[in-house]
Amino acid sequence: ASIEFRSPPYCGVFVVWVPKCCWLYGHGLVTLLSIKNTAKQTFQRNILFFQLISFARNRKKMSRRRHSDENDGGQSHKRRRTSEPIEIEDRLESLICRVGEKSTSSLESNLEGLAGVLEADLPNYKSKILRILCAVARLLPEKLTVYTTLVGLLNARNYNFGGEFVEAMIRQLKETLKSNLYTEAVYLVRFLCDLVNCHVIAAPSMVAMFENFVSVIQEEDVPQVRCDWYVYTVLSCLPWVGKELYEKKDVEMDRLLSQIDGFLKRRQKRHLPMLQVWTADKPHPQEEYLDCLWAQIQKLKKDRWQERHILRPYIAFDSVLCEALQHNLPPFTPPPHMDDAVYPMPRVVFRMFDYTDAPEGPVMPGSHSVERFVIEENLHCIIKSHWRERKTCAAQLLSYPGKNKIPLNYHIVEVIFGELFQLPTPPQIDVTYTTLLIELCKLQPGSLPQVLAQATEMMYMRLDTMNTTCIDRLINWFSHHLSNFQFRWSWDDWADCLTQDLEKPKPKFVKEVLEKCMRLSYHQRIVDLVPPTFSALIPANPIYVCKYNDESNNTLPGFAMAITVSDAIKNRATSEEILTVLKDVPNPNQEEDDDGGDGFNPLKIDVFLQTLLNLAAKSFSHSFSALAKFHEVLKTLTESDEGKLHILRVLYEVWKNHPQMIAVLVDKMIRTQIVDCAAVANWIFSVDMAHDFTRLYVWEILYSTIRKMNKHVQKIQKELETSKEKLEKQQLKRKDSGDEEDMEKSADEEDGQLEEQIERLQEKVESAQSEQKNLFLVIFQRFIMMLTEHLVRCETGSVDFNTAWYKNCIERLQQIFLMHHVIIQQYMGTLENLLFTAELDHHILAVYQQFCALQL
Amino acid sequence: MSIQLNALFSDSYVDISQYRDQHFKGNRYDQEKFLKQSNTLYVGNLSFYTTEEQVHELFSKSGDVKRIVIGLDKVKKTACGFCFVEYYNRADAENAMRYINGTRLDDRIIRTDWDAGFKEGRQFGRGKSGGQVRDEYRQDYDPARGGYGKLTQLQRVPQGL
Repeated sequence: ASIEFRSPPYCGVFVVWVPKCCWLYGHGLVTLLSIKNTAKQTFQRNILFFQLISFARNRKKMSRRRHSDENDGGQSHKRRRTSEPIEIEDRLESLICRVGEKSTSSLESNLEGLAGVLEADLPNYKSKILRILCAVARLLPEKLTVYTTLVGLLNARNYNFGGEFVEAMIRQLKETLKSNLYTEAVYLVRFLCDLVNCHVIAAPSMVAMFENFVSVIQEEDVPQVRCDWYVYTVLSCLPWVGKELYEKKDVEMDRLLSQIDGFLKRRQKRHLPMLQVWTADKPHPQEEYLDCLWAQIQKLKKDRWQERHILRPYIAFDSVLCEALQHNLPPFTPPPHMDDAVYPMPRVVFRMFDYTDAPEGPVMPGSHSVERFVIEENLHCIIKSHWRERKTCAAQLLSYPGKNKIPLNYHIVEVIFGELFQLPTPPQIDVTYTTLLIELCKLQPGSLPQVLAQATEMMYMRLDTMNTTCIDRLINWFSHHLSNFQFRWSWDDWADCLTQDLEKPKPKFVKEVLEKCMRLSYHQRIVDLVPPTFSALIPANPIYVCKYNDESNNTLPGFAMAITVSDAIKNRATSEEILTVLKDVPNPNQEEDDDGGDGFNPLKIDVFLQTLLNLAAKSFSHSFSALAKFHEVLKTLTESDEGKLHILRVLYEVWKNHPQMIAVLVDKMIRTQIVDCAAVANWIFSVDMAHDFTRLYVWEILYSTIRKMNKHVQKIQKELETSKEKLEKQQLKRKDSGDEEDMEKSADEEDGQLEEQIERLQEKVESAQSEQKNLFLVIFQRFIMMLTEHLVRCETGSVDFNTAWYKNCIERLQQIFLMHHVIIQQYMGTLENLLFTAELDHHILAVYQQFCALQL
Repeated sequence: MSIQLNALFSDSYVDISQYRDQHFKGNRYDQEKFLKQSNTLYVGNLSFYTTEEQVHELFSKSGDVKRIVIGLDKVKKTACGFCFVEYYNRADAENAMRYINGTRLDDRIIRTDWDAGFKEGRQFGRGKSGGQVRDEYRQDYDPARGGYGKLTQLQRVPQGL
């Protein structure tokens, strides 16, 4: 055998001529293998490895002696010099995972080579190969057709293997459905469909599976989202297999499609407005995902199922594959609906570009073309596979097969923003997308930044109809992005916003962006950055305000006391000493101090906190230290609910120019239990904060507060669970070990301790859950009050209620529902009976109804 | 069912680096264990003028920040271009390694690395002059980090003499 081995970084070409008669399989094999023992197994190297192995095996059986003296303490791979089973499995994995990547050989020859290697390894590694192939079907959907072709080739060479693979896939499908992994289940079904194209599965049996899927729409008393999933799965497979299925079973397929049509017509879409990024239909309607897909499939049908975008390697192997025997899918009944099933939420297709936006080069496929669907699916899959590795992710996106026929940069930018703006939450955390876009700009410096700039400009133009939460994310993305590019932007292009009222979306957006830019730099930088005409939008200089510093305020009550307190703090007074000093502060709320001076005294809080924050203003750390040092004083002053509210008011008074400081101090106060979550909620909705109500920082504080509450509940629930498990284990262990008499006494004690702990934790959980419910109820209540007030005022004044303020407020309410829908669903009864009753204004009630529609 | 495909679960941004703190109290094995469980990141190549507020704003993008300790010149007690960022949980710190490491703060590419955990004393530079070791020997001019490296400063002929 003559094998050419050409591979960097080993310069030159190794031509290994291995005459059959003098192949020294012992030492020779070891030497050759040791060259290739690197952590990253390139595809070619691995193919060579396997070819050598199987060649050697054909010559002689591997000696058992070889396997026994490895396993040298599990050292690094570099030490292994023999082909242990584990190493072979790693290489198999690597081979299979890497096929289809950039290679000097063609995809077809790589597939051919790989099929040969796997076929040869079936006797020894069949179950491992089966598991790997099932896994890539589930986890690498963007390479679907590469792997179906591989399976097709294997099936052609080994019919039984094909059958076993199909069975394994069906088992896996059942398990993913049971485990609520609905996205992965779609990939599995799509894989099975493409196996029809590869002559592994007979088309009629696939149609039969589809018929079972579609029959779900006849089920009664099931959530609409269950039917949605089955319909979506069938439709989303048609771009791959529609042609083949129609050729074999057009009557049945037509019947299926007409059933789906009926379902889609009667399906309710009350949830749609809640999930749209833009509320306007121009320039691109934000369609419900099933509606869009249906239109795409209709168009595909009209085009007689001609689909030219999907890469189909199996076409090159048609002569081989059509000789293969096909398998029938076993009859597949969709598992029945269970109460704990969590079906995917409905979604809206995000569109921001069309063919008019890419000025030169290939044309962007239309919004109802199936190509658009396939491209978007694949790009989303790539991000889902590679989100941890931003450089790889960017490279994979940019090397999308068929990229020369489409304006790839536009598709990528659209898909990324689609994920960033997805409601309720993006698939990955926001910063993933910022950094991914930066990597993409690095790889395509001549083209991608321009597309990004164009996208930003477009989104600025459409701010008026953009969902408030999406605007928040846009603000955060844009400011962070700019901070990586010296804040360079043509601000003058946005001068149109200067003539508008500051509460309107455009000037508000610019103002918030500049505020975030300042947080990432410093005030003067922003002043120097924007044209002088933008001065109204520049954030305030983040300095504190302490009224007791101003001499002209020396007639204020508490002015003299502030100096005393300040001196005391500077002289390292303790909390106790401070409290003593503060006893002399008069209480403006009462004529006499009936409760001995310990009740709510707003002046005490004012004097102490203003002075303290003043002294600690230098940095966050200084302020945190100050709060920690005088924790006792603060706890005493804020024992009552009014105290908690007032401390927040005072904090705001001091730091109103530095919202970032307010946010971190509120966070610290919650964590150190100086204030509670409900107090923060009440403060945000109070009259004092009305003028800042639409500012981003206020909502970041509220969202963060709810998050802390949720995390707190989760943490205690986890502690309870762990304790319960511990008790169970303990009791099991004792049962198993026998010896009951001796153990009984200490057992009771041990058990007793744990049981006590469990009881305490149970109480803690209940109390935390009650606090959590209370928080949500307070928030909803305040929303309803504010919105109702506004609506009534507008009605009586005969003005349009749909102001910028109203849009902001109602969309924030929507977002709270969306972000915490799992928790809120526990409170449905209370919400319906107490808050979202029929007497409510229908605009507010609509939000609640849309929320309920999400899981119906 | 869920087979872990090692080839697919690369997470290289989260791997620990080659750096080991020479002042760490414990053996190599312990240090590595701490690094692999840590919620704390070392952040380097900061400008001397970067504030705690800026660091907080940036690193909050991957999760709630528990504490920031700004690195100080041992002699001058002023910021000397590094800091520690501690998160409440590891997942948030991992996301910072994936998405904030290698991006810019104050126009400088910053670098994050796992830290075994902040201990009092570790906030000071270990260079002879009081700042970071790297600022002792570097030869380039970096206005955001005190100009030339300390050694270079001593070697340069003072102007106007």
